[in-house]
Amino acid sequence: MSAVGARAGLELPVLRKEPVSRVMLAKYACASGDFSPHHLDPEVARSQGLDDVVAHGMLSLGYLGQLVSAWAGAENIRRVQGRFRALVQLGDGLTCHGIVTAVDPVADGRRLARLAVWAENQRGEMVTTGEAEVYLATSPHPS
Amino acid sequence: MSLAIDPAIVGRQGAPQTFTVERDAIRRFADALGDDNPVYQAGDIAPPTFPTTFHVRGPDLDVIHDQCRLLLSGGEEYVYERPLRAGDRVTCVSRVIDTYVKTGQRGEMTFIVFEKEGRDPRGLVVFRARHTLIAF
Repeated sequence: MSAVGARAGLELPVLRKEPVSRVMLAKYACASGDFSPHHLDPEVARSQGLDDVVAHGMLSLGYLGQLVSAWAGAENIRRVQGRFRALVQLGDGLTCHGIVTAVDPVADGRRLARLAVWAENQRGEMVTTGEAEVYLATSPHPS
Repeated sequence: MSLAIDPAIVGRQGAPQTFTVERDAIRRFADALGDDNPVYQAGDIAPPTFPTTFHVRGPDLDVIHDQCRLLLSGGEEYVYERPLRAGDRVTCVSRVIDTYVKTGQRGEMTFIVFEKEGRDPRGLVVFRARHTLIAF
C-alpha cells in the first residue's frame, strides 16, 4: 500500500513482531550499544524487583520506526516519538499500529502526514505510544 | 521526597563527538529490529532510531545520580532535517533542554529532557534526538 494518497483516518498495515527472546535482546544490545544489565542478566533484573530481564524500551520504538518507514519510505521520515508506558517482558509479542491523524502542506510544496502510532502486547495493553511525521512521496501519476 | 534539580542545569552540554555512519552498523541495527526494509538491509539509510547508537557523553549531572533512587526512561523522540545515510559524518552534542516536576502514583517525579543534536561537517543539523529521563 502506498502512502501517496493518504488521508486522515487511514490505518497503516499492522506490523506483528515475533515474541521477545533473550537472543533478540542480546542482538539489540550489541547493535545499539545499550548493555544495561536488566536487559541481559536475570540476576540483576531480579535484584531490581523484576521477574526476569525486560526488553529495551527502544526496541519497541524501533518497531514503530519499522512500521512507519515500511509505509512511507525510509527517505521520508521526519519524526518518530514514543513514550514507554509498560515493560515489555520475555515472550511478549508486540503488534504495531498506526493511523493518519492529519495531512498538511509544508513550505517546500511537499505534504506532511501526522500519525498516531502504538505498540500493544498480546494482552492488548499499550506498551509504547507515540507520534510520527512523514513526508508523502509525490505521486508519479498526478490526477 | 522531592528531588531538587537546579534549573540552571538547562543549557548545560557535554563535549562534541564525531561519528561516521557505517553501512554494516546500519545493517546490524536493522537486523536486531527484525526490519527487512531493503533500504536498511542495503545499509543506505539509517533507521529513524539509529542515533541511539551514538553514545555521546552528556553534561556532568552527578547531582542526579547521587540523589535518586531510580532513573527511568520516559521516552524518546527523533526529528530529522534530512535522512541519515551511510558514510555521513555527524558531530553530536548532548545537552539538557528542559526539567520539570510532576506528581504521579509514586509521588513527585523529576523529568529531565536531554537533546542530542547531530550536525554534518558543514554545520547543518541532520537530526535531533530527545530523551526524557524520569528521576525519583
